[in-house]
Amino acid sequence: MSDHDDHDHSRTFQPDHPEPTSDAALVGLALREILIEDGHYTAEEEQAVIARMQGASPENGGKIVARAWTDPEYRQRLLENGAESIRELGFELEPYEFTVMENTDDVHNVIVCTLCSCYPRALLGMSPAWYKSNSYRSRVVREPRTVLSEFGVNLTDDVDVRVHDSTAELRYMVLPQRPEGTDAWSEENLAALITRDSLIGTQRDLVPG
Amino acid sequence: MSEPRFVKGQRVRIADRTPPVHHRVPSYAKGQVGIIERVCGMHPEPERCIRGDGKPFQRIYRVRIPQTDLWRSYKGTEGDKLEIEIFEHWLEPAE
Amino acid sequence: MAGPIDLSEHENAHWEWQIDAMVRLALAKGLISDFAELRDGIEQLSPEDYKQLSYYERWAKSLAYTLVSKGAITEERLGQKVAAIRARQEAEGLR
Repeated sequence: MSDHDDHDHSRTFQPDHPEPTSDAALVGLALREILIEDGHYTAEEEQAVIARMQGASPENGGKIVARAWTDPEYRQRLLENGAESIRELGFELEPYEFTVMENTDDVHNVIVCTLCSCYPRALLGMSPAWYKSNSYRSRVVREPRTVLSEFGVNLTDDVDVRVHDSTAELRYMVLPQRPEGTDAWSEENLAALITRDSLIGTQRDLVPG
Repeated sequence: MSEPRFVKGQRVRIADRTPPVHHRVPSYAKGQVGIIERVCGMHPEPERCIRGDGKPFQRIYRVRIPQTDLWRSYKGTEGDKLEIEIFEHWLEPAE
Repeated sequence: MAGPIDLSEHENAHWEWQIDAMVRLALAKGLISDFAELRDGIEQLSPEDYKQLSYYERWAKSLAYTLVSKGAITEERLGQKVAAIRARQEAEGLR
């Protein structure tokens, strides 16, 4: 592809994608054109990054959880060293210290990044809009049980809540509890049970069937 | 690679400072006492990265704080916790 | 800020994926050395901007601030480019 073609890709917006018109978004588009013009990256590289990020989804988390449910030794490794164990299954991870928190009968975990909405996007895909919201970020640390009930998670007092604020370089995923009645299930069917919200902690019970 | 200054289970206090650059300690955590839940790895320390002091690495710790210590009318149990990651230079031993 | 949480889903627009890719590529290509530089840029936003801008609008402004501060691009050139895009959008009836 010639330089001239790259130039055209950087300038003309693809007609089937709606354009933003806000001042801040225009700053972003302008910056992008400049960086491509100056050769810092190409439109092709941009597409490759987008394709990779779009390929990430909670399904990846589902596979990891299903393996942990069916393989107790893997589960132990996952809880001790999340990043290594996730890479073991062939997933690429950014260089963060990946930490998996297991839900038990006595403990429910929920994840937030109060400072800037950090989320393991390269593994699990885009974070939900609410995860990035000022109200989730400010309220879940202060009143987790109320917030959880707004998500339909109603916890009794014999379950403790642990809120994990992703303040530095760690990334988190919750390991939900395996639902009753799934003992004979295949890993594939177990993986399909897992939802995005159960990996964040705004869902506790996974429903078979 | 330096030896960790703190160990799992140790009581620590999070400093109460306001550096002028981006720092990763939420205001609710400043001055709080908690215990080390786990010793984590070495990571580039953001305050020095921003000031352009290269990429010095520093150890991170996960600190566990009871929610009832953090919020005056906390609605929940005594067992509810908040866990955050803190760079070593923000921590001091506590009794 | 502390009110009911809007649970509606929001798919990224194409331009938002492009901003996301731009940030990742800026890191990968060494235009910024660490994500911390970007978070500092977010904290430099005015309180109005911080409240009103969407997630990717904040990242766009933060990356622009960071790269201008580092001298990787000039404010003039950025302004000219924004004006050119605005003019094109007007000509195409998008504004």
